[in-house]
Amino acid sequence: MNMLKMDKVCAGYGDLKVLFDISLEINEGEVVALVGSNGAGKTTLLRTISGEVIPTSGSIKWLGMELTKLPENKRAVNGIAHIPQGRGILASLSIKDNLLLGTYTKRTKPRRAELLENALQMFPILKERLNFPAGSLSGGQQQMLAIARAMMMAPKLLILDEPSLGLAPVVVDDVYRILDVMKRQGSSMLVIEQNLTKALSISDRGYVLETGHMQMTGPSKELLNNKDIQKAYLGI
Amino acid sequence: MIQVIINGLLIGAVYSLIAVGLTMIHGVMKIVNFAQGELLMVGMYVTYVLYGAFVAEGSAPYFLIVPVCIIMFLFGALVFKVSVSHVVGKSETSYIILTIGMSYLLRYGFQMIFGSNYQSIPVSESLKFGSITIGGIVFTTTRLIAFFAALIFTIFVNYLLSSTDIGRAMRATSENKTVATSLGVNAKIVYIVAFGLGTVFAGVSGLLVTPLYMIYPSVGAVFSTIAMSAMVLGGLGNIKGAMIGGMIIGVVEALSSTYLTTNVSQIFINLVLILILIFKPYGLFGKGVRIA
Repeated sequence: MNMLKMDKVCAGYGDLKVLFDISLEINEGEVVALVGSNGAGKTTLLRTISGEVIPTSGSIKWLGMELTKLPENKRAVNGIAHIPQGRGILASLSIKDNLLLGTYTKRTKPRRAELLENALQMFPILKERLNFPAGSLSGGQQQMLAIARAMMMAPKLLILDEPSLGLAPVVVDDVYRILDVMKRQGSSMLVIEQNLTKALSISDRGYVLETGHMQMTGPSKELLNNKDIQKAYLGI
Repeated sequence: MIQVIINGLLIGAVYSLIAVGLTMIHGVMKIVNFAQGELLMVGMYVTYVLYGAFVAEGSAPYFLIVPVCIIMFLFGALVFKVSVSHVVGKSETSYIILTIGMSYLLRYGFQMIFGSNYQSIPVSESLKFGSITIGGIVFTTTRLIAFFAALIFTIFVNYLLSSTDIGRAMRATSENKTVATSLGVNAKIVYIVAFGLGTVFAGVSGLLVTPLYMIYPSVGAVFSTIAMSAMVLGGLGNIKGAMIGGMIIGVVEALSSTYLTTNVSQIFINLVLILILIFKPYGLFGKGVRIA
């Protein structure tokens, strides 16, 4: 069943058009990768889902509900968690406060204790430093915190914008290992990446975005073996 | 000497309370409310009117604290909704014009309604001049009550910010509104609560000083300057800083007006402010970053 369905979405910033007739679907339990080079419009596409950018035309349906008409802050309560580019950590707040804010909505508040315990079990490093400001964590740890906080939201769909950005390769591996665990637990995800190999190796299906147009879509394995993509993005 | 310092600390707590309200508004929505003193003036008049209507002449006004809180919160929410909400997150300076304009509107609006005469509430002589003496030091009752009430409110706001969901939401919105929104926080509500509470603090300060000060439409100007100095002295956006800043200003004011004359206290307050800013440009507890 479609959880999220974008239909012919156009969007941009003022006179600048960024997205042209974008259609995209995410099914329950599916991990979808959205790849493309710098400036292709990946982040803008995410922003139309998160409500920061209002599409000029087209529709975005979330579980049958029109997402473009929903106030920005209502996405969390409807089960969409969004880890923005640069992780979106609240640096001046303690790690614990960051995590607890994951259960701000009434959907997850009753399960706060249980969700917190789960998150800390998965990320023991956070447990040792609960009362430290989140800004004191290293980049990789901040990404873990961002994922942990998103898990606290018990999301139906987790959206990640470049989870590998600015991280050391070893740490990127760690992040993807965790995403893999979450995938096997049945989480639906939309992962945006420039790191094409990583993104396509974890996902079931992929979309390739190029200068605002959806260029190609298909099972991730096929995309990885596609000659054009290899040439354009991997330089093989 | 100790007596003078104690007097300063007691009234300083009220300054702290005004500054804490100011800091709260600034911390959450990055707006310096230049009408904070006028909100205090409104609190004084609300106390005055409620006292005249419901309280027997001569008794203490303190139990009016509950209705004053409620009325001031609603008033603050209304002021926010009608005017301030339009400049939050907009251009850097429009809020200055807006809040200064608001301060004039309130001042002269109240002058139209109540006239520019000095008013006071008829509290009994025993309350007005009553005191407790401990170890040779005299604690004036009205100032002592003001001190503890201010202290309780400051502890309350600290607790609210550090340990409740709305407090966390306020700090989150202050740091990054987009992220807070993505977590489900409704920034509009956070702003209304913050501005409402800031107004409540000004109003309660107004109530606490009514037995001590005369009530007149431009009384806010005095407190505006003091609260602003306290906030900057403590470090912008820092509740603890605002608290201690208020106390310091209370003490400086008491010392200078006792040993010199009352008229020069403003000079010394600003002198201390300048001195502290020379050595700690971000204020006593400021870190150069704004923390709610």
